[in-house]
Amino acid sequence: MIVDPVTLIVALITVATPILLAAIGELVVEKAGVLNLGVEGMMIMGAVCGFVVAHHSGSAFLGFVAGMGGGIALAFLFAILTQILLANQVASGLALTLFGLGLAALIGVGYGGLALPAVFRPFPDALHDIPVAGPILFSHSVLVYVALILVAAVWYGLTRTRIGLVLRAVGENHDAAHALGYKVVRIRIAAILFGGACAGLGGAFLSVVRVQNWLEAMTAGAGWIALALVVFASWKPWRVLLGAWLFGGIAALQLRLQAAEVGVPVALLDASPYLITIIVLVIISSDRSRAALNAPAMLGRIFHASG
Amino acid sequence: MIVLEKRPQPAQAWVIGGPVLAVLLTMIAGGAMFAALGKDPVEAIRIIFWDPLFSEQFAGYSRPQLLVKAGPLILIAIGLSLGFRAGIWNIGAEGQYIVGALCGAAFGLAFWPSTHPLIFPGMLVAGLTGGVLWAMIPALLRVYARTNEILVSLLLVYVAEAMLASAATGWLRNPEGSGFPGSRNLARHAGTDNPELIAGTGMHLGVVAAFVAVIAAHVIMTRHILGYQIRLAGQAPRAAGFGGVNAGRLVILCMGVSGALAGAAGLFEVAGPAGRISIDFNVGYGFTAIIVAFLGRLNPIGILLAGLLMALTFIGGELAQLMLGIPAPAIQAFQGMLLFFLLALDVMANYRIRRKRGALA
Repeated sequence: MIVDPVTLIVALITVATPILLAAIGELVVEKAGVLNLGVEGMMIMGAVCGFVVAHHSGSAFLGFVAGMGGGIALAFLFAILTQILLANQVASGLALTLFGLGLAALIGVGYGGLALPAVFRPFPDALHDIPVAGPILFSHSVLVYVALILVAAVWYGLTRTRIGLVLRAVGENHDAAHALGYKVVRIRIAAILFGGACAGLGGAFLSVVRVQNWLEAMTAGAGWIALALVVFASWKPWRVLLGAWLFGGIAALQLRLQAAEVGVPVALLDASPYLITIIVLVIISSDRSRAALNAPAMLGRIFHASG
Repeated sequence: MIVLEKRPQPAQAWVIGGPVLAVLLTMIAGGAMFAALGKDPVEAIRIIFWDPLFSEQFAGYSRPQLLVKAGPLILIAIGLSLGFRAGIWNIGAEGQYIVGALCGAAFGLAFWPSTHPLIFPGMLVAGLTGGVLWAMIPALLRVYARTNEILVSLLLVYVAEAMLASAATGWLRNPEGSGFPGSRNLARHAGTDNPELIAGTGMHLGVVAAFVAVIAAHVIMTRHILGYQIRLAGQAPRAAGFGGVNAGRLVILCMGVSGALAGAAGLFEVAGPAGRISIDFNVGYGFTAIIVAFLGRLNPIGILLAGLLMALTFIGGELAQLMLGIPAPAIQAFQGMLLFFLLALDVMANYRIRRKRGALA
């Protein structure tokens, strides 16, 4: 056996968490009818802000808060551009990613390799020592569990609460929602900021917990995979979780296969998470009944209240 | 209460004035950023925008660099602009650029050390083909599997980067390079090189191709039925469908052209200024070209000017790094800022700001 299944599953959950956080945030944004392609930029800002603050304050918790702040700051720019100045969402999202990558690299100059505080793990070591179930269920840092709770909360919020219903109404038909008296722009801005907080938190998890270092462009397309995941999940929260684990499993497995030096070319292994994301995306999109029906009808459309 | 009122037609003054104002605002915001880094903002802006062209000390080296860097940016941006106008978002030009360079270099290296005059044309064809094939993946998937071309084209950039790494360290590595990564030098070998055509200007075949592309795109967009179809598909997709525009064919055509131009840009770069395939020979032209395309208003002449300006920020950025110790990523943030201001000012072209009393927002 080249790969131990238990450590693989533990690694899978860790690798999946940043993407899960970013994707669940983006799902809420898209449900409100906004397409924010700047997830990669918000994640990298979260990663650098989280790392810098965690390093200086000695508190991982403050690092996570700062990561969320970094994501929100960038999301705020996007909200102003697309909701108030009515700019094209695709172009604004790309701008967010390009700007975020540059600004994060600038903030992070000189921070690579610096020390980080330890991250709180909610379960005691005794539970950790249970064979198989211990490492898989109880060995993670607190954010892993927060991400799972967040998925449940988003599912509950979107499907079982009034706020969720209003949010979806705005995403399905903004003119009708506006006519009913809902504040389309405000609701969308709130959703965009929530998405920014989630992406920033995912980025902070990446730098503070998973890699425990700051590297330029360390998100390496995780934000784009999160965007693909939302499509893959047909805009359903639980499927985002499934998709994140699938992706995490492949990413974790390919790293182990590289270390084990099996006969597969390294380039193919490096590219495998992206290739498999594309393949899954194609399978989901080509099924007309599944993909098209679930996409929010107003996704990417500009809302301008006239008259 | 301030409200926006949609203009029946975009205001021409803002269409042209917007980018100029965006550049000025970026200089101010960028100056603030440089000041926050503890540098003299006025000096930094002067070094970035003025010194590369007019300082006695640096202009000799910098001026030719302007065309060297603007060439690929313009070539790629022209291709992207056709698609962007039609609502087809190829944002993976960086990947097509890499694959074009890989295919072209592989062709040239396959015949090493021959100096046959047909080798460079062959490399060019290989580069174009590589770029087209790489762009065809998202194009065909969008047409036949309704897969989002934004995500696919972008994800393929990472796949192309993995291929580049394996080429530089494996199958294209210089056999006489004592094990160091990177291919043989194509630029220093007659037959595979893309030389400077006029000494001291930086003008190479890729720059010529960029100028030709600008003219061709201008003619297509203003004088050819294809340009009409592209504009129609972008502004009113349903009307275009009723008008007989084949949407699928348009996607394949626009993606194919942008892939071809990006692939050619990659080949010209690797056979000229970069010289060889190395792990990091690509410096993000494929992404910066997106900014160039928007800054130029998706208009060929605008892209020509925007490409020159963006090239200037690259050169000026290097100079600022050298002279003031401004970190390299600051320039990337600076370029991103420009796109923000540009998009923000677009509102002025499309809407009129009106003051209204007691209105409901």
